[in-house]
Amino acid sequence: MKKHIKLGFFIFFIPVFLWLFLLIILPQIDLLLMSLKVENDVGDMVWSFSNYNAFFKENIYWYTFVRTATYSILVTFLTFVVTFPIAFYITKVVSPKYKGFLTILLLMPFWVSELVRVYGWMILLRESGVINYYLMQFGIIDKPIEMLYNDISMIMGLVYTSMLFMIVPLISALDGMDDSYIEAALDLGASKFVIFFKIIIPYAAPGIVSGSIVVFMLTLGNYLTPNLMGGKNSLWFTEQIYNQFIASFNWNQGAAFGFLLLILSSLIIWIALKISKQNLSKALS
Amino acid sequence: MKKLALLAVATTALLSSNLFANDTLKILTWKGYAPQALVDKFEKETGINVELTYSNNEEMIAKLRATRGAGFDLAQPSQDRISSVQAKYKIYMPIDYSKITTANVVPSMLTAVKNNTKVKGESYAIPFCYGTSGLIVNKKLAPGAKDYSDLLNPKYKGKISYRLKRPTLIAVAFGKGVDPFKKYSDIAAYSSLMNTVEKDLIAAKPLVHNYWANGDALLSMLRSGEVTVAMGWDGGGWKLHKENPDIDFVAPKSGALGWIDTFAIPSKAKNIDGAYKWINFMLKPENAAYFTNDQGYGTASNGAIKLLDSEKRDNFERTFSNEDIENINWYPPVPAKLEKIEGRTLDLIKSAQ
Repeated sequence: MKKHIKLGFFIFFIPVFLWLFLLIILPQIDLLLMSLKVENDVGDMVWSFSNYNAFFKENIYWYTFVRTATYSILVTFLTFVVTFPIAFYITKVVSPKYKGFLTILLLMPFWVSELVRVYGWMILLRESGVINYYLMQFGIIDKPIEMLYNDISMIMGLVYTSMLFMIVPLISALDGMDDSYIEAALDLGASKFVIFFKIIIPYAAPGIVSGSIVVFMLTLGNYLTPNLMGGKNSLWFTEQIYNQFIASFNWNQGAAFGFLLLILSSLIIWIALKISKQNLSKALS
Repeated sequence: MKKLALLAVATTALLSSNLFANDTLKILTWKGYAPQALVDKFEKETGINVELTYSNNEEMIAKLRATRGAGFDLAQPSQDRISSVQAKYKIYMPIDYSKITTANVVPSMLTAVKNNTKVKGESYAIPFCYGTSGLIVNKKLAPGAKDYSDLLNPKYKGKISYRLKRPTLIAVAFGKGVDPFKKYSDIAAYSSLMNTVEKDLIAAKPLVHNYWANGDALLSMLRSGEVTVAMGWDGGGWKLHKENPDIDFVAPKSGALGWIDTFAIPSKAKNIDGAYKWINFMLKPENAAYFTNDQGYGTASNGAIKLLDSEKRDNFERTFSNEDIENINWYPPVPAKLEKIEGRTLDLIKSAQ
């Protein structure tokens, strides 16, 4: 019997192990080594921390990082604000008959790729786009306004692309909540405000946390949306990494940036978990 | 049972024939450099299956560097981006010019490309096509735009677009009356030139509609009139001119930037014969002429000029006077360290508020 378990364990364990080791751990080690090397004047590769130093010395690098991180936190918060009422409506207000249908409606846009969705927004928002056309037709404005290529359009695009990853954990968290909690609170005379903050939010906290982690990580690592919708002022940190690898051929610097992104984003999530007094394994279970 | 055995034999035969034929040619190229009609014709003539991957100079180098020259049988980098990359990463193999029908290549271009791609006595490329970068202007809405300096001209506020890549930095330097190519050998001087270019471009940031990232997006912005002065390639400008005579490519006063794109064979190419076959096929006058008629870029093929549509010749004559042709600044090979300086400059411009 014991042997049996061992065999089964290995059958399931080995593919997972190989996957993790060959496709994630090995390349990461390679990147780490690469990030610690730098070319000296003769053109040889020598060990050095200067790739990491460059991040802290050069204003634009950490400035871009701070900007990216701040905007990612903002996007995560906005995504929560936008999706929570929807999740609440679907799970608690609407008749269970339509629940599946409404969820499918929410998932539908995500059947097409992110690129197509972003282009859709661009068609709507651009200077010669759909929205400007109708505003002009109805005489609300007489000159087209450029609504694309700024931070607001970029944040909107990011919120839109990450909504799904917030709403699914929220729905599953709220689904498990017994309505009688709310009824009991109402009977005891609690206000809606108190019910929201004392009952609903704490109950949904694991869902909120897991959704937030996923949205934050995806936004921080997004390349497409900031690049296409952000326009001329919005350098995103991933673009910086791409530039180092592709435009400057400086793979060592790019690898160092990649690692810094990994470390700093893990740090932000750790701090957020501490502040919200949540724990990771509980949030993800 | 018999049927099943037969089926098994047939399947094995089919699989193995596939394995042995193994005649695919993987080409890493720019969009438009392998028109479908020519690919079909080539496949029919040689029985080789062509697989295309679209890319640009930087990504071509990065892709080949990642695999140390494997994965593709042919690449099409610009001639100025070969020698320093080859010296450092060794991603191409030397060209065996005896396998090329050199009679089909314009001699002056072949010599120039051979010289510019020389590393340790071996050359690494064959010219394919050429063209220029300059301005694409809507002449009705922005009649005065004549030089790169107009990309920084407040008169066209919000109607300007360019790419945040190295050609723009070089163009802005030319627009200031400085020849950046002369500073290629002096890193310190080039670096200080890039500093002034960076200041100019940051100061001009409020004037820019958007930094374009791909050619199609630029053309659609020009078509709709959102942008009236842009930096772009001649082929694109001429394409728009055909749709709307107000828009045209303009050779800037301080000189259009001339580029030559080439054929180069990655060092671990598998189908080398196929690669040479494709090169010779594409340089045949009738095929080269088809490419130019289709895409608008000039061809390095000798004798293709006679076969061009009159419209293509008109384009060229309308845009380039003799003086403009003399004025073209051809890209010299890029020394190794410059990319780092330019990369930093571009980052600073993009992140400036």
